[in-house]
Amino acid sequence: METRRDIFQAIADPTRRAIISLIALHAMTPNAIAEHFNTSRQAVSKHIKVLAECDLLTQEERGREIYYSLELKKIQEIENWLNPLRQIWEAQFNQLDNVLSNMKKQKK
Amino acid sequence: MNNNLQFDMTVDKAAQKVFITRQFDAELSLVWDAFTRAEILDQWVAPRPWTSRTKRMDFKVGGQRLYAMVSPDGTLERWAVQEYRSITPKTHFALWNAFSDKDGNPEQFGSDWDYTFSEEQGITTVRITIYNESLARMEKQIEMGFREGFAMSLSNLDEFFAQAK
Repeated sequence: METRRDIFQAIADPTRRAIISLIALHAMTPNAIAEHFNTSRQAVSKHIKVLAECDLLTQEERGREIYYSLELKKIQEIENWLNPLRQIWEAQFNQLDNVLSNMKKQKK
Repeated sequence: MNNNLQFDMTVDKAAQKVFITRQFDAELSLVWDAFTRAEILDQWVAPRPWTSRTKRMDFKVGGQRLYAMVSPDGTLERWAVQEYRSITPKTHFALWNAFSDKDGNPEQFGSDWDYTFSEEQGITTVRITIYNESLARMEKQIEMGFREGFAMSLSNLDEFFAQAK
C-alpha cells in the first residue's frame, strides 16, 4: 500500500538523521554522502529517496552531478509539532518545582 | 525553574513514543512522593486555572487512580483512570492511562507511562516514556490548538492538556 510519507518517517531512522546533519551544512552529491557511511551505496540511495519523498531535499544540477541540500522550511514542521507539547510539559513541571520547594520548606 | 536543571523531550513518532527527561532540585524521596501520592499530584498535574481532583487512588500493582481535571468554574470534569502495572519503590513505576467516565470505566484506547527515578547530589532525575496508542489523535488536538492560537498563551492549553494527560 502506498502511503504518503511524512517528515517523521524521515527522522525515524538514524542513518537518515545523519544524512540530514551532513547536508544541513552544505549541498552534497549522493556519492559524497555515501562516503560517510559503511553501508552500501544502494542503502544510502534508498535513504536519500525517502528523504526526497518527504520533501526534505532540494536538488540542484551542476554539470553532470546532482547536489542535495536540506529544505529547512520542512524541518521547521518538526519544531511546530513539538513545541506545544513541550510547553505543556514545561508548565506542568514548573508547577511541580514550586510544590517540591514548598515540601522542602515544610520539612525544615 | 533553575536553568541548570535538564529538560529534554523527544518524540519517536513512528514508534508512537514520547521521551521526557526532567531534573528536579529535590531529593528522590520527595520527588517520588510527588508522583505517587494523590494529595501531592493534585497540587501540580493540572494546568492552572484547572484543578486536579483524585477520587480514589490505590498505589499498588493492579491498583487504580481515578481522577478528574476540573474547570475553573467547576462545571467541566474530564475523568481519567490509571492502573499501576509495576512498582519498584523509589526507582520505577509503570501505569496505563485512559480517559474514562466518572465511575472509572475506561475508553478503549489509552497510553502506557513508564517512570524511572534516580538521584545524584540532591538532584533527582525523572525519565518518562509515554507510548500512546493513538498518536494521531494527540496530533489532531495539537493542530486544533494551533488554530486557536494556544501556542501564544499557556492558559489556553487547559482543555487540550486535560485530554492529553
